[in-house]
Amino acid sequence: MNGAQDLGGMMGFGPVLPEKNEPIFHAEWEKRALGVTLCCGALGEWNIDTSRHARETLHPADYLSSSYYEIWTKGLLKLLAARGLVSREEIAAGRSLSAPKATRPALKAADVPARLASGGPCDRPLDRAPRCAVGDQVRTRNMNPTGHTRLPRYARGKRGVIEARQGSFVFPDTNAHGKGEDPQWIYSVVFKGQELWGAESDPGLSVAIDCWEPYLEPA
Amino acid sequence: MHDHDHPHHDHSHDDGAALPEIALRVKALESILVEKGYIDPAAIDVIVETYETKVGPRNGARVVAKAWCDPAYLARLRQDATAAIAELGFTGRQGEHMRIVENTQQRHNLVVCTLCSCYPWSVLGLPPVWYKAAPYRAKAVIDPRGVLADFGVALPKETEIRVWDSTAELRYLVLPLRPAGTEGWSEDRLADLVTRDSMIGTGLALQPGAAA
Repeated sequence: MNGAQDLGGMMGFGPVLPEKNEPIFHAEWEKRALGVTLCCGALGEWNIDTSRHARETLHPADYLSSSYYEIWTKGLLKLLAARGLVSREEIAAGRSLSAPKATRPALKAADVPARLASGGPCDRPLDRAPRCAVGDQVRTRNMNPTGHTRLPRYARGKRGVIEARQGSFVFPDTNAHGKGEDPQWIYSVVFKGQELWGAESDPGLSVAIDCWEPYLEPA
Repeated sequence: MHDHDHPHHDHSHDDGAALPEIALRVKALESILVEKGYIDPAAIDVIVETYETKVGPRNGARVVAKAWCDPAYLARLRQDATAAIAELGFTGRQGEHMRIVENTQQRHNLVVCTLCSCYPWSVLGLPPVWYKAAPYRAKAVIDPRGVLADFGVALPKETEIRVWDSTAELRYLVLPLRPAGTEGWSEDRLADLVTRDSMIGTGLALQPGAAA
C-alpha cells in the first residue's frame, strides 16, 4: 500500500542525525516494547509480513510522528485487537477483562537464546524454474495494491537489470493477508539513479532492490 | 490519560508521574499480556540482555577483519555469507539470509531499508535510531552522497555509489575497504578499526591510530 512507510525519495525531513555513542535503548519502555513485540510474535498468531502491514496501516501522520518503537507498539496493539488476544477495552482499562484465547504457549526465558539463534528463515523450496536470468533487462510493474507489498513506489514501472538470483522466498504480498506463503523467486535488480530519479541524478548512483518475480515484467 | 508535566523525557525513570504516555501504554500492555499468560516477562529480560551484551557490531567487525586477512574465508563469504558468518557463531534472527557487499576503490556500498527497518541483527545488533527514522530512509536512495555528508564522509566524485534497499529478507553487510598501513595486523587489532557505520556504508573503517 502507498503508506507513510514507503519513504524512499521523500524530501523535507532534514539531515540524518547520527547520535554519538548512541545507547542501544533510550528508555526502559523501549526494551519492553521490543520484548513484548518479539514475545507476542512467538504466539504464532501472525507472521512478519502481517506485522509490517499492521505498522504501515497506521495513519500517515501518526506513522511519521512516532518513533520506531512507538510504531512497533501501535502495530502490535492493532494485531492483538484484530486477533482477539487483547481488546481495546482491556488496553483502556489496563487489565485483563476476559479469558485468554488459546495460542501457542508463551515463549519461556530459557527458550529465548535458541529461538533468537535460529530466527525465522523464509526461504522456501520452489519446484519451477526462475523466469529471469542474470543480465536480463526487466521492468518493474506499475502497481498500486491496497494491501501489503515490498515494491517501493520509487521503483515501480522502472527499467533495471537482474544482477543476481537470490533463491525462492515467502511472498509478502499474500503472506501478510493470510493468503499463504506462495513462494516466489527473488532477484537483485539494479536500477541506474537516472532511471529512478531523472537526468539530473548522480550518474554514479545505482540502487539495488530485491524483487519477487511477480513484481517484474520483461523490459 | 495522564498529567504531562514532562512529556518528552528521553530517559527512563522509576517515577511513574514522569513517564511519557507511550511508556505507560507499554507498561499496561505488558501487564495485561502477563496476566493473560501470553508472555513471560523474564523472556523479555533475556531478549534485552542478548542485544545489550551479546549481539552487536563487534560480531560484524570480526567477520570483516577475518575477510581482510583470510582469502579463503572471503571466498566462502562470497559463496554463502550466511554459512560463513555462522562459522564464527553468528546466526539467527534478522540474519537468516546474509549477503556481503564489498567496497572497492571504484564503488562504495550503502545499505538502507526504505520500507521499514530491515537490518542484519546477527552481525550488527539492533539498528540505531537514525537508521529507522525518516530522514535516512527517505534520503539514502535518492541522495546517498548527501547522507554521507551528514556523517562527515566525502568520497571522490568518481567513486560510484551502490545503494542496497533491503526490500526482502536478505540482509546486507558492507565489507569496508581495509585501511592502508595495516599490513600484518592481527584480526583482533583490525576488528577495532571496523565501525558499525562502516558496515552499513555510512562510514569508512578507521585509520590506524584512530581506534578507540
